Amino acid sequence: MSATLIVGLDGTESGNRALAYAKKLANLIGGCELLVVYVIEWSPYTFQTAEENSQRHKRREEETKMAMERIIDPAVTSLKADGLNARGIVRHGDVAELIDKVAVEEKAEQIIVARSSEGGFVKRVFGTATANLVMHASVPVTVVG
Amino acid sequence: MNKIFKILMPVLALLSTTSISAAQEASSLDAQINAGFASATGWFVNFIFAPFPGTSFPWIVMWLVIAASIFSLYFVFIQFRLFGHAISLVKGDYSDPDDAGEVSHFQALATALSGTVGLGNIAGVAVAVGIGGPGATFWMILAGLLGMASKFTECTLGVKYRNEYEDGTVSGGPMYYISKGFTERGLPGGKFLAILFSVFCILGALGGGNMFQANQAHAQIAGIVGDYPGWITGLIFAGVVFAVIVGGIKSIANVTEKIVPFMGILYVGAALVILIMNADQIGWAFGQIFEGAFTGLGIAGGFVGALIQGFKRAAFSNEAGVGSAAIAHSAVRTKEPVTEGVVSLLEPFIDTVVICTMTALVIIITGQLTINPETGNYIVEGGKIVTATGVSGVALTSAAFESAFDWFPYVLAVAVVLFAFSTMLSWSYYGLKAWTYMFGESKGAELTFKIIFCVFVVIGAAASLGPVIDFSDAAIFAMAVVNITGLYFLMPIVKRELNSYMARLKSGEIKKFSDQAGKSAAE
Repeated sequence: MSATLIVGLDGTESGNRALAYAKKLANLIGGCELLVVYVIEWSPYTFQTAEENSQRHKRREEETKMAMERIIDPAVTSLKADGLNARGIVRHGDVAELIDKVAVEEKAEQIIVARSSEGGFVKRVFGTATANLVMHASVPVTVVG
Repeated sequence: MNKIFKILMPVLALLSTTSISAAQEASSLDAQINAGFASATGWFVNFIFAPFPGTSFPWIVMWLVIAASIFSLYFVFIQFRLFGHAISLVKGDYSDPDDAGEVSHFQALATALSGTVGLGNIAGVAVAVGIGGPGATFWMILAGLLGMASKFTECTLGVKYRNEYEDGTVSGGPMYYISKGFTERGLPGGKFLAILFSVFCILGALGGGNMFQANQAHAQIAGIVGDYPGWITGLIFAGVVFAVIVGGIKSIANVTEKIVPFMGILYVGAALVILIMNADQIGWAFGQIFEGAFTGLGIAGGFVGALIQGFKRAAFSNEAGVGSAAIAHSAVRTKEPVTEGVVSLLEPFIDTVVICTMTALVIIITGQLTINPETGNYIVEGGKIVTATGVSGVALTSAAFESAFDWFPYVLAVAVVLFAFSTMLSWSYYGLKAWTYMFGESKGAELTFKIIFCVFVVIGAAASLGPVIDFSDAAIFAMAVVNITGLYFLMPIVKRELNSYMARLKSGEIKKFSDQAGKSAAE
């Protein structure tokens, strides 16, 4: 049975460091699968205009496609180029909650994420996605600095 | 924010430098627009508000109340039976996690509410109790409760018969369900009714959804900065609306959509504090509401006057049976149209039963309506109850809140302007959907309507309230004439959908996703 490692990306430079560390770890463990996850922050309790609602389905498809093309596909390609077994998924929702949920669903051994890229007011009020994940994760989490 | 300042700064400079002669010229322009508007729309208003022969009861109000009562009976008081289920749906208990990122029940409800919660709750209620006395509140609550069944019917159909285009966008509303539903049932005239609805919807969007809002927003701003020509406010509003609906400057819409719910909560919160501060009088106020509902307590027209005002203002506030909400709710992502109908029945409850009632209670409790101590009846002059400060409409609500919080009129003025703007954005969409139903979903057709909409903002702000409010009410109620006719023919379809949904809910085929997750985890 091969181990599954979850790599959470946020589309920034720090995400690449998480990816590099995951590569290193996967090579050390050997024979494991890397699942690259990108979560588009979204809440069902936001306020939108009627026009935004009518275009929401279209926008969602576009957001997913763009995230796949710009973040997931390059990451998966680079992992595969290094001879690793990798795939990627894009989800909408709360970042910390969903990465943990995917890890549980996939029976992953651990989650690898980068140090938070949020700052300022948002960080002070809501905390960071990484901190939230570390606090509530169901599997071990490695935070790459 | 910078963009907003860039727009506002020249305008503020213009306001401060407007000369007296320019103001006089502008006033005459206002008067011309007003006179032309009144003469052009008078016949339409008279027809819609014509009383039953031999009575003073407008037939259109009876039309809405009878329809709401029929839907309540036909669906066996669904508004009470499925109230808890509606809350569960809004919480997302039944939402498929795989649909995350799509429009949720909460979002569809919030969007529809931002189109209805606004001036109707603040100015409309003040008009209702100012003319119909506290008793109008009773009839308003009753109309709100009954209206929940109308909302359920139209919003279920809105989702069921919406158009889903290849590019992933959706369009829905009465024009779609009437034409498709009639064809499905083999009934003639569906297309004709759909077009008639669209025409009235465009008029309603330009009237109640636009001119009335611009008019009241101007009244609020003028009340704070001093009197100045309405067309100036009209131009500012038109510019901002244009920037959002034509220019696609989403940040303005986003800011508004975030502030409006906050304003709504602040308004309800302030009302609650006033009610708590006067808790000993709540019993008395409800006594006045019940007594006034059946005796009128000396108001013009007696209890019938209270009833007409209550029903009329409730309908104008929550728009149940009008069909506008069906357009807003049709964007939700659900496999079960009934679920959106069930969620939508919360709308008249929040709008009318909760918010309108609070406004009415605050006006009554703070003693704005003057009572003759000898008779115990209200003092009426010229068909209206004499108020403590001699004002009516928004100013009456403002005075009521001011008696508890002297700073509240400023908050209320900002709230009214934002509510007005948010309602305008909602109605620009409803009108646009009706327009594109008739003229096709092309960029050119959309732009034409959006420009017309912006022009009417200026006209609305410049015209005096009388003709504008009459036309606004008339155009919106005219939508209800066509929509409810369609609903009568299509309600068996809703019943079939509801029965199927309820059977599956009962059998456990439809269940909460949290339960499913729990079960699979246990396995």
